[in-house]
Amino acid sequence: MKRSLAIRSDNGPMQWIGWPAAMAAGGMLLLATPVQVFGFNLPEPILPLLLAFAWPLIRPSLVAPAALFGLGLFLDVLLYQPLGLWPLCLLVPYGVVLAARPFLAGQETRVLFFWFALTSALAFLLAYLIATLSTGMAPSLLALLGQFVPTVLMFPLANVLIERFDDVDARFR
Amino acid sequence: MAFRDGPFENLKVPLMWTAALAVALGLAAAALLLLADRRQETGGLATARAGAESAIGPVNGVFAYPVRWIGSVSDWVGSYFFAVSENRRLREKVAELEAVRDANIALANVNARYEAMLGIRTQPRVPMATARSVSDARGPFARARLIDVGTAGGVKVGNPVINEHGLVGRVSGTSGSVSRVVLLTDASSQVPVLIDRSDARAILRGDGSDNPRLEYIRGQDALEVGDQVLSSGDGGGVPRGLPIGVVARGVDGSWRVKLFSDRGAIDFVRVLKFEDFSQLVEPDVLMAPPLAGLGVAPAPVAADPPPPAAAPAAAEPAQ
Repeated sequence: MKRSLAIRSDNGPMQWIGWPAAMAAGGMLLLATPVQVFGFNLPEPILPLLLAFAWPLIRPSLVAPAALFGLGLFLDVLLYQPLGLWPLCLLVPYGVVLAARPFLAGQETRVLFFWFALTSALAFLLAYLIATLSTGMAPSLLALLGQFVPTVLMFPLANVLIERFDDVDARFR
Repeated sequence: MAFRDGPFENLKVPLMWTAALAVALGLAAAALLLLADRRQETGGLATARAGAESAIGPVNGVFAYPVRWIGSVSDWVGSYFFAVSENRRLREKVAELEAVRDANIALANVNARYEAMLGIRTQPRVPMATARSVSDARGPFARARLIDVGTAGGVKVGNPVINEHGLVGRVSGTSGSVSRVVLLTDASSQVPVLIDRSDARAILRGDGSDNPRLEYIRGQDALEVGDQVLSSGDGGGVPRGLPIGVVARGVDGSWRVKLFSDRGAIDFVRVLKFEDFSQLVEPDVLMAPPLAGLGVAPAPVAADPPPPAAAPAAAEPAQ
């Protein structure tokens, strides 16, 4: 007996999990360069939050949470934060979107952008609370906005990833 | 019979549930890590962090190369278009600073005489290590940098770090070739400072923004906008008198400091291999009886014997 559905060979986890994860890590490294361009520091958005939003919408996976955990640990070391902070703050929005997947998948871009802003705000709020508890000092809200806004503005990248992969495997349509 | 032709052909793995299980396991592991990790401690997870940082340092150096090139192009463009106005500004600055330099020479001369007369034990010269910063963590939760000098260059945890403008931060972790510097703006940074005009004391505390707060301010009318802030040296962590910034009012009304170190890019820095010289006494010496030297000192020669009535009264407290 043959399977009725043919799965495209360029649809493996390396294509929609591996390469995007490597690009997000590379982007974070690049943006952490201590250089000023025309007197301004480079922005430092949390690029893996794009993946935490896009991956559960593409399809549920065992590899994606593990990759997010690894990316979170990398962020903690790179950004000098308590180990475990970003794994937690990436997996929470992943879990929320995974739970909301039945009614989020296939929605138009504006709705997805709203949900991305919402889940990113949830992740930043969680990180804010943990940082406040661990240092005993509430971080500046202006500085928080300075990282939240560039992260939300990166949404088109998540949208490209969703549109590229959400329909390629017919089992998850 | 191939596996796909067997009885498990129609077995569907509940991917949704396994993904949810993976998320739950990841959350539990992250929470455990958070409870176990303390950034400022040594050993355990801090050792793993130092190892990862020593790997990230050189990799980031390679990634940073094109970005640094763009940065140098922007500097070149800026200096090309603003060369005339910059030249005019620098001429005014030089004229102003020449007078300050002459006054400084005279003051240093007078100060050296006072020190010699009073027998003041002055701070020894502090050896330094020059380094380049290779990675920069900004954002609200941490302000820190990796620099490309480590224990091999004699850097220790706690060493102050300066650039050409002023104090930048302190070393919080080291490995063989890289060190982690926590900036004054980090939420965990607390540095005792003094206000030059009023000699008031305060604690400079970072909160993730560009301008750290002044807290625990002592004294009435201690601060005015524009006052210079220096390190006070209290506690022995940082030498006294390092320039830090000027006092300003924040948008929330709190007292804050505009850092001198932000006047230019923090690219090259110097690590002060500073050890508080007042703490270098052997502990055993400090623990010795304070008057032990009197036992071996020669007996004082009394010119006049005390009156007989006073002698028993003076001996009583010793009994």
